[in-house]
Amino acid sequence: MSLTGRLSTAVGLFLVAVALIAWSLMAFLRPGTDGGYTDYTAGHVAGAPVNVTMQSVGQIGSGAHPTWVSYLQKNPTTGQWIHDTSMTLPADTVIHMTIVQYDSGGPLRNQVWGQVTGTIGNDATVNGKTYRVYDSNTGNGIGHTFAVPGLDVSVPLIAVSGQATNICSAAPCGASSAHNTITFSFRTGAPGSYNWQCFVPCGLGYLYGNGGPMSTINYMGGFLKVVA
Amino acid sequence: MTNQTTNSTGQVHHIRRMTVIWIILSIVADVLYSIFVAAHIPPGRLTETAAKDQTDFNILIEMAIPVLLGVWIYLSYSLYVWGDKRNPNEAFSGDAARGNTKVQASWIVITTVTVLFLAGFGTWALVVDHGSGGGQGPNPAFAPAGALKAETAALLGRATWSPGSTNVLPVQVIGQQWKFTYRYPTFGGFESSQLMVPANTTIAFNVTSLDVIHSFWAYQLGVKADANPQVNDVAFTTTKDPGTFIVRCSELCGIWHGSMYNNGAVLSQTAFENWATTTEAANAANTALLPAFAWTYVPDANGASGGYYPDGTLTPYSPSEVYGAKQPS
Amino acid sequence: MTISEERSTEVSGASSGHPHESRGLSWTQRPGILSQNVITALVFAVIGYVIGHWFGNYLSSGYTYIANSGQNSISNTLALAFGVLGWLGGIGALNYPVAKLFGVDGLEEESPVDNWTKYFRYSLDHKVVGLQYVVGVLLFMFTGGLLAMAVRAELLNPTTHLFSPDTYIKIVSEHGTIMMMMATSIIVGPLGNYFVPLMIGARRMAFPRIEALSFWIFTAGYMVIFSALPYGGFPTGWTGYAPLQTQSGPGMVSYLLGFAVIGLGMILAGFNQAVTIINYRAPGMTWSRVPIFVWSILATASLLTLATPVLFAGGLFGLLDKTVQTTFYVTEHGGSSYLWQNLFWFFGHPEVYIMALPGFGIAGEILPVFTRRPLFAYKVAAAGMIGVALLSFFVWQHHLFQSGINPDMRPLFMLTTELISIPTGFIFLVGMGTLYRAKIRLEIPMLFVLALFFNFLIGGVTGVFLSDVPVNVTVHGGFFVLSHFHYTIMGGLLFAFMAGLYYWLPKMTGKMMNKKIGKIHFWMMFVFFNLTFFPMFIIGLLGQPRRVFTYASNLQGLNDFSSVSAFILGLSFLVFFYNLVWSMWIKPEIAPPNPWESLGLEWQTASPVPAYNFERIPVIMTDPYRYSEPGAPDYADLGTSEPSAPSKHSLA
Repeated sequence: MSLTGRLSTAVGLFLVAVALIAWSLMAFLRPGTDGGYTDYTAGHVAGAPVNVTMQSVGQIGSGAHPTWVSYLQKNPTTGQWIHDTSMTLPADTVIHMTIVQYDSGGPLRNQVWGQVTGTIGNDATVNGKTYRVYDSNTGNGIGHTFAVPGLDVSVPLIAVSGQATNICSAAPCGASSAHNTITFSFRTGAPGSYNWQCFVPCGLGYLYGNGGPMSTINYMGGFLKVVA
Repeated sequence: MTNQTTNSTGQVHHIRRMTVIWIILSIVADVLYSIFVAAHIPPGRLTETAAKDQTDFNILIEMAIPVLLGVWIYLSYSLYVWGDKRNPNEAFSGDAARGNTKVQASWIVITTVTVLFLAGFGTWALVVDHGSGGGQGPNPAFAPAGALKAETAALLGRATWSPGSTNVLPVQVIGQQWKFTYRYPTFGGFESSQLMVPANTTIAFNVTSLDVIHSFWAYQLGVKADANPQVNDVAFTTTKDPGTFIVRCSELCGIWHGSMYNNGAVLSQTAFENWATTTEAANAANTALLPAFAWTYVPDANGASGGYYPDGTLTPYSPSEVYGAKQPS
Repeated sequence: MTISEERSTEVSGASSGHPHESRGLSWTQRPGILSQNVITALVFAVIGYVIGHWFGNYLSSGYTYIANSGQNSISNTLALAFGVLGWLGGIGALNYPVAKLFGVDGLEEESPVDNWTKYFRYSLDHKVVGLQYVVGVLLFMFTGGLLAMAVRAELLNPTTHLFSPDTYIKIVSEHGTIMMMMATSIIVGPLGNYFVPLMIGARRMAFPRIEALSFWIFTAGYMVIFSALPYGGFPTGWTGYAPLQTQSGPGMVSYLLGFAVIGLGMILAGFNQAVTIINYRAPGMTWSRVPIFVWSILATASLLTLATPVLFAGGLFGLLDKTVQTTFYVTEHGGSSYLWQNLFWFFGHPEVYIMALPGFGIAGEILPVFTRRPLFAYKVAAAGMIGVALLSFFVWQHHLFQSGINPDMRPLFMLTTELISIPTGFIFLVGMGTLYRAKIRLEIPMLFVLALFFNFLIGGVTGVFLSDVPVNVTVHGGFFVLSHFHYTIMGGLLFAFMAGLYYWLPKMTGKMMNKKIGKIHFWMMFVFFNLTFFPMFIIGLLGQPRRVFTYASNLQGLNDFSSVSAFILGLSFLVFFYNLVWSMWIKPEIAPPNPWESLGLEWQTASPVPAYNFERIPVIMTDPYRYSEPGAPDYADLGTSEPSAPSKHSLA
């Protein structure tokens, strides 16, 4: 083969390899959050509170990681449960949060998360009963927490009994499964991007419980984008 | 001295010219730096250690400027004077000298002296100025006076601090994925996600982790200490006037590493005591559920309900009292 | 012993051991489809991967922690390990050792083919391996570079995120790891393999099979580390700190196994280079006559051989922690979170000199050619490289100044770290001394070398800041460090690599790189390199930690400036690729046999370099770099009537 032919082959193969690499990088590194931000600002009247409904489930039951725990949120317009944890909220607004907790739990790694902080009144209710502190070494323990470090919000979600026969195994879960309904309110602060996460090490099979779903967005953490 | 010189004296000539340019520029740059820049160099002067770190940085810069200028002036001068654009004459060829013992020897001596001075200065700053605000592990080599006493008292639940006292104030920093929390053994051992410290007080930060490695970086305080599981990494600083600062995690710890930060404040001594007693009261119910104050904690490695290591013997968040050889019996 | 005696023994010794000599039955009789090349390697790799994956799943079925996690590190580890074995078997790397193991004589590599397909085969010719490495490291660099663009794109805005935080960390980690792996081989691989035998007057490397093996292991390592992405990435950065490492998903396996595989290649390449340089120098080439580039490769080779085994072991420990739950790095179960830090940096600090010394060597090699001066203080230069190599084993704990591991020892490691700037300073003495009263030709390679001195000076001086414990409190773990090591590795090593390519490609390919495009490339790369990374010193001082997806909003201006500069810096590499394609393929300009009028031995042999490099083993007559010395003897006696290369320049 001639010199030109040889080099053109080499260069051609090189370019093919380069294109393959570029394509794979783009394919594997999907930008942003999967479902995008769920919008709670549409039609919002200034000063009016916003209702957000979420559920936390022991296993998502479908998708790439069916055994992983996850949060879901209820689309405010369609009422559908969506596997997405990021939301756009209006600034300086009271958020009425309802989280239906379907997961069992246990002791916290750090009992400091057993205290409700940052909510209006520094308390929350579980099935209608108000609580400020929960001893995670007693009862069913804590299943998850909903915490927004930037707003100092931290609410422990009291777990359902691990012995229950009707534990939900696939999201979205319904009222027939064992659950606790937790409600609390907090005020969004100034506009900005706040991350929220769970502080219960619920990534089973990972050291310290903080791998897997705890380290992947849209499972046990997400963003609150607060806009003016 | 004339410009036209022969080979042998030309050497002197070039070097002298470069030296003059170098000295003038170095002095100008150093003076300009110390007037306009030096006072703004991080981490500022909120604490003693921050101020000393800033001074050390400025001394290094004042030394680095002549080094940088020296090389840059030499390179530019050489390229200008001996570049082929200025000497298009093909017959001109480089000097065949393969070395110069004097030059080589003086270079080695000068760099060695500089380097030894720097090492000596750094050691002096570290040893005499007490620790530089860096993490020193469980047995601090360079602890300020009264630190060991205060730390021991903290462990035994007898630590005291009130406005006007000269006691060292121990503060525990607990890193966990992905937030720092702070325990105040002097005030009943409450744990909070807020970090407040009093002005004009020596603080002993006891940094530990409940999981992976984090690094507690109180930027304006001039404090940085890695948080390792089961290690009590102690760092000292002495605050000056009230002010605010930011704490960031500076060791990659997973998905939320970038948002693992919080604001803190140096409060006046009375304001701090007020805050501490208020928070102590507000958190009392939860403080009662926390494990006794200890330098390190062993949380249940299994997570919420079974996990990576099938080990049921660990009790959740159990304290382990480790403070090295210097701990009194 | 007289020179002629040495020479005759050397000649016979070298030719009798020639690897291409056919022994017994050759496999050339096989039909073409059975011959081994990169395609059979891929097929074997896939087969190995599938077998390993199945085997891993079989072994690990029934373990609840694996079922719970939803991800299986054991099957991934075995799949990748078997895949690597398949790759090596498929390319033919195992034929000879396996045949020898079973006492079969004659079952060895295929005879060398002399057409373009040799570049896709297991070739024992060091020149082919060198060119294979050129393409290999460029692919590596391109991958890492794209990831760097993604990193800078994310940092354009502190609150609006292009990537989710987990994806961002995985990009950062993959970028760092790929670049570090690439940088270990970027000069030793392509230029070391190609030019060390030519420069020492040898006909081949000491161990041609190991040389080829190290290249194919390098490519396997690339595929293993790339596989981290489809496995979901790893979140630890290139430093891979445990126990975060132990906690991560299966992408971490690619990191650990990738470093182990690459590490194996580094060890092999290192001792091969060391043995070659020590034993295969032409007669007359005493240690004071060895080209400075060869000195630098020797120093690097000693680091590769002695430091990398620690990484290899460390990586295997990590794999065991992840797969079979040993607890080397898990404190609660008897391990230590400090152990990985110690092992990693015990390797890692020599590693950064693995990535600096070859650059110094290229600078020392190229400077005399373009200044027409002997290398100033040659012995100091060689001593400096050896000094750096030795001292680099005694500084690693400066990465752990704030970790609390051993506070009493901080002054010691501060001292050793600052001491290492003395031998590093030798390189500046040599460089600056060589410029003195020189005749400086600003050709492209020379521009890159001068840029290296400019960049490395900043990198070196900021290194002193980092080594000072009080200042380290502020700058450790922030963008200041990041900028510092980009100044040394990218500003030093990568600029040296470019200098080496522009300088030696005419010898390797017979074609000149276009000077005009080269100048555009150089100035773009130099200016925007500095505009990208200098602001990062300030960003770091202002409190931005490394590897964060969000930062203080007042730093957005500086970050944006750095990002935009980084994009242009990235474009400068496209200019380089364009120049490569243009000069090598579209409008090739035939290179004269010795375009830079170098005295180096590699330019004295025929062009193109014949299969055995030298018609006769040359005899070295005098010191290298005797430029501007009328009447100085030739560097080497090539033993031919016509010492210079034939004028016709065709590789066919």
